[in-house]
Amino acid sequence: MRLMRYLLSALLLYSGQASAECLTRGTGDMGIVIERADGSVQVVDRRAHKSLFRIEGLGDLSHASAVYSPDERYAYIFGRDGGLTRLDILCGTITHRVVQGGNSIGGAISQDGNLIAVSNYEPGGVKIFSASDLSLVADIPTTAVNSEKRAKTVGLVDAPDQRFVFSLYDTGETWIVDMTDPANPAIQKHKEIGQLPYDGLITRDGRYYIAGLFGQDGLALLDLWYPEKGTRLILKDYGKGEQKLPVYKMPHLEGWAMAGNRAFLPGVGHHQVLVVERGEWNPVTKIPVYGQPVFVMARPDGRQIWVNFAFPDNDTIQVIDTESLQVIKTLKPGKGALHMEFAPRGEEVWISIRDKNELQVYDTRSLELIHTLPAANPSGIFFTSRAHTTGL
Amino acid sequence: MTRTIVAITAILLAGISAVVSAEVPLQRQAELLHLLKHDCGSCHGMRLEGGLGPALTAQRLAPYGIDFLALTIIQGRPGTPMPPWRPFVAEHEARWLAQQLKQGIRP
Repeated sequence: MRLMRYLLSALLLYSGQASAECLTRGTGDMGIVIERADGSVQVVDRRAHKSLFRIEGLGDLSHASAVYSPDERYAYIFGRDGGLTRLDILCGTITHRVVQGGNSIGGAISQDGNLIAVSNYEPGGVKIFSASDLSLVADIPTTAVNSEKRAKTVGLVDAPDQRFVFSLYDTGETWIVDMTDPANPAIQKHKEIGQLPYDGLITRDGRYYIAGLFGQDGLALLDLWYPEKGTRLILKDYGKGEQKLPVYKMPHLEGWAMAGNRAFLPGVGHHQVLVVERGEWNPVTKIPVYGQPVFVMARPDGRQIWVNFAFPDNDTIQVIDTESLQVIKTLKPGKGALHMEFAPRGEEVWISIRDKNELQVYDTRSLELIHTLPAANPSGIFFTSRAHTTGL
Repeated sequence: MTRTIVAITAILLAGISAVVSAEVPLQRQAELLHLLKHDCGSCHGMRLEGGLGPALTAQRLAPYGIDFLALTIIQGRPGTPMPPWRPFVAEHEARWLAQQLKQGIRP
């Protein structure tokens, strides 16, 4: 194993460029890949299927995510250990790094690109930083759970009108923070949204925020055009009369899968993808799948949904046709198929296969594997096109 | 004298059988540590310093005994997101994992 890791590093070192010189090129077809066990990140050219740089020293990346600056040059990486790192992907270097909390879960960039918000479990709250130098702009502690602990924050996203939205796991709240005046964050709190929200998502247009609930069936929906109306519970009966299975990995809602007027969501504790009609948010159907979904992601044109699964079924990916609502392909890419990322126009999808130390690239028309790249225990894959998408 | 020898033999045998029942082959130990790091780690943190679930450091687990921890792994904790790992981990393996955690292992 150690030898393999060594060979892999040597290979990457050989294929990557020395970090001293910066590239002169556009970044629109670039991306980054988190190497979770090594605390490193690869910068990739997604069209050439090539690694450009490998950057080390980012701390604990066991649950890492990333957002991009509006010019697609800088990536902000949120590490598990509270590390917030700003990378220059053209130079393959770390420009700034702060350890801002003890235990974090992700972050978001503001609509104008000037602020970075980080969601923290410990100490519970959200901290907001300047995107240019990572200096602290605002600190928003959450509701106290007891004398020692504050609620953990989950599902932090950016929203139109310079807002951030997130939920409080322990106390079942959704908060909206308006950062129009960075010196005076305006906080609107929605309480009793439901039990144990575990993640949240926002629709591409920035109108609806939805928190998934672990403690009960259903999801809490907030219409950000009318936040004063508060949240309402949708799909609250979806698990009724069915045995809820043990959950070996919490689903992720970030990859909002919207195809036409339908949304596709992971059924927590069920081997199902839930389909719901946008607008009234009534359930359409449930699609039986191979395991408990983790990511349910739409190909950008909305024709297919790609799903990966929780342990012990994380060696499988299924593709659903959004017209027939049938599974049309079951792939066995290898153990630890953790994350998928589509090319912005959808012709390819990259999948990280943790236990194979491999990135796989599939043609989404033929559903065939067309390329592989080495990576050390890869997890999250983030292409620069996210820079222009609300909620990503 | 004979009685003493019998007693000592009994104690030794008991000791051996306890070791045998708790024995986890090296290959399986590696699998369990991989599970601990990546799958337990998805809630408790890959370095076991906590996430949506609590930290599993020796300090955090100090108030709990091996039996309690092993049972928690096997049965899960109703009312919390902690699932039962019985389908994937045998009882003696859970005890071994609990011992590793109490000793402060970082997979």
